[in-house]
Amino acid sequence: MPDKLVTKNLSAFFGKVRGIRAIDLNFPANLVTAIIGPSGCGKSTLVRCLNRMHEVVPGAHAEGQVLLDGEDIYAPGVDAVQVRRRIGMVFQKPTPFPSMSIEENVAAGLKLNGVGLKASERDEIVERSLRQAALWEEVKDRLRKPGNSLSGGQQQRLCVARALAVKPEVLLMDEPCSALDPISTARIEELLLELKADYTIIIVTHNMQQAARTADYTAFMYTGDLIEFGETRQIFTNPARRETEDYITGRFG
Amino acid sequence: MDTTQSQHTNRQYEEDLRELRAGLIKMGGLVESQIAEAVGALVHRDSEKAREIIAGDAEVNRMDVECDQRCLNLLALHQPAAGDLRFITTGLKITTDLERIGDNAVNICERALELNLEPQLKPYIDIPRMAEVAQSMVKDSIDAFMRDDTELAQEVIDRDDVVDDLQHQIYRELLSYMAEDPRTIGCATRILFVSKYLERIADHATNIAEMVVFMVKGKNIKHMDKSKRQR
Amino acid sequence: MSGAVAAYQYRKLKSNVMMGVTVAATVVTLVPLFLVLGYLLFKGASSLNLNFFIHLPRPVGESGGGMGNAILGTLQIVGIAGLVGVPIGIGAGLYLAEHRRTALANAVRFAADVMMGVPSIVVGIFAYAVVVRPMGGFSALAGAVALAVIMVPLVTRTTEEMILLVPHELREASLALGIPRWRTSLSVIVRTALAGIATGVILAFARVAGETAPLLFTAFANRYWSTSLRQPIATLTVQVYTYAISPFQDWQRQAWAGALVLTGLVLALELGVRWVTGGAAKTAR
Repeated sequence: MPDKLVTKNLSAFFGKVRGIRAIDLNFPANLVTAIIGPSGCGKSTLVRCLNRMHEVVPGAHAEGQVLLDGEDIYAPGVDAVQVRRRIGMVFQKPTPFPSMSIEENVAAGLKLNGVGLKASERDEIVERSLRQAALWEEVKDRLRKPGNSLSGGQQQRLCVARALAVKPEVLLMDEPCSALDPISTARIEELLLELKADYTIIIVTHNMQQAARTADYTAFMYTGDLIEFGETRQIFTNPARRETEDYITGRFG
Repeated sequence: MDTTQSQHTNRQYEEDLRELRAGLIKMGGLVESQIAEAVGALVHRDSEKAREIIAGDAEVNRMDVECDQRCLNLLALHQPAAGDLRFITTGLKITTDLERIGDNAVNICERALELNLEPQLKPYIDIPRMAEVAQSMVKDSIDAFMRDDTELAQEVIDRDDVVDDLQHQIYRELLSYMAEDPRTIGCATRILFVSKYLERIADHATNIAEMVVFMVKGKNIKHMDKSKRQR
Repeated sequence: MSGAVAAYQYRKLKSNVMMGVTVAATVVTLVPLFLVLGYLLFKGASSLNLNFFIHLPRPVGESGGGMGNAILGTLQIVGIAGLVGVPIGIGAGLYLAEHRRTALANAVRFAADVMMGVPSIVVGIFAYAVVVRPMGGFSALAGAVALAVIMVPLVTRTTEEMILLVPHELREASLALGIPRWRTSLSVIVRTALAGIATGVILAFARVAGETAPLLFTAFANRYWSTSLRQPIATLTVQVYTYAISPFQDWQRQAWAGALVLTGLVLALELGVRWVTGGAAKTAR
């Protein structure tokens, strides 16, 4: 399986403080890769470097390379905005734009990027994205209602639809289910299985069992370092590193 | 599991795992003594003892059910992973093998009871020898489990050949007896069964040893022939 | 057990007493408001008629006449002040919210805070020195400038506060979609904060519509209809002042009416705020 996204010697800093250290990680295409680890291990920082969101924080910068299909997104002259259109992101807290309706939300990524769309094209994209996010059936009769009239789980799926409407190649998810109840979580996890046919998915989760359930590959991080990376089933039955084993079996010392 | 490893944060989990381990070791010890006493009852023609052993199997069965339940609870409540998961699934299998060993000891006693009703066919030489090896295999496989000792486990697996050879030897010897004098068929077949039971015991001990290797190394070496197994 | 009951009775008594005190305080606060409104209505309502709104003031001694030009004048000056002050204020507020800690932002924020504390008469004198003197005379433009100077810091600070209320996760979500920074600020952040910003703007309008002192040295007064920026212009507040301190009963009567109209204008703007935020409360749950 070829690698869609590869990091080489990636380090990230908040001012002078180093968040992650020399990470070399290969994310296989069209598979789900989970990143697990205790709080503060740098998993969110890592993922935010993958779509150049890390540098949005004042004083933050990254060093090293991130290769998308072989091309470094941190090369000089590369436009971060363009990168983010190819690598989308869904965050922990569902954030539908409150001033917009459901369909406006889904189309926001296109409309606000100046993509001119005929009404019919837009409707088609909205429907396709909502179907991909398994939300269409629930909202098809109220597309004009405001974005935050939905429940938490639905709002998160709306954010997924919004991210997918831009047709990214990679979808990053930063603890997407942390704020959701078990049923909504299960729906989103189901979604991952369907989505990976078309997208490469990287999910950060503090819930090990979620990684075990959904991911093909798992990376374990600890205090800014990458400790182990491998097939999920191997990580969970016979990990190579003692630190991984300790974390997975609940020996938090 | 490496005893120098740190403890689980969840104390209940740590406690439950310890109880499972202790239960398995205790069951192993009980089963070991069942074998020894069963063979003793056979060789010394002690029907009283044989009946005791048969009654004692109830305890083995009880421990089997208890260990099963412990494993089930651990799986349901603690979502074990990696080393812990291998330990628990090993536990499930070991308890089955131990219970079978216990049943085989009972079978030996039942045959002993029948044999004691008739005069002894011949002095028991090979049977005790076979029993000794089988018994040591059981003891060592439990020890290997207790100490995460894969080398000892491998030795146990290799020792199975000795038991198999002894069994064949006994078979040939008894065949010749039966061919010579058909009146001995009753006794001879019963002794043959005993040797079969002992061979079974050795096989179960081998299973346990293989599971120990899986538990420690994460590699399933069951059903692999010698050439493919690596130390 | 009776100890517990006694304690409960005591707590209940204390609670009722405090409740009574707070209700009394509320009533005391509301009394002046209703007294003022009531008195205004009583004194001014009788003088309110169509003439008041469409007629020019009559010369001294003649009865009748109205404050039509003053009302129009207030609307004009406040309108122009808003035209200039609101965009500047919103722009500055947006800048302050986006670049929170730069030296320039800190300076601007400090300046705005200081400006809000400057008495409006001082602003009037400033406008006099800067606009009236060079122009050689009073003008509506000078009045508009004075009012704009008062409006800008108000709008700036409320805009900044409202934009800061927008959760930063929204900005992140927008950026992560590949929406450029400037578009994120305008189409997502400002749009979300719009209700709050509008509230701030309306309140600024309400504030400057009621200003009198700065207009005394800038717009001055005018007895006729005027739409010229370079001429002095009549405003409701100045007119009310002029009539109120005059010895003529007719004028005093009209002053009451003018005060009532002014109060009504401010009240209408406040209600407008309620209406806008009521709508906002529905979208921004």
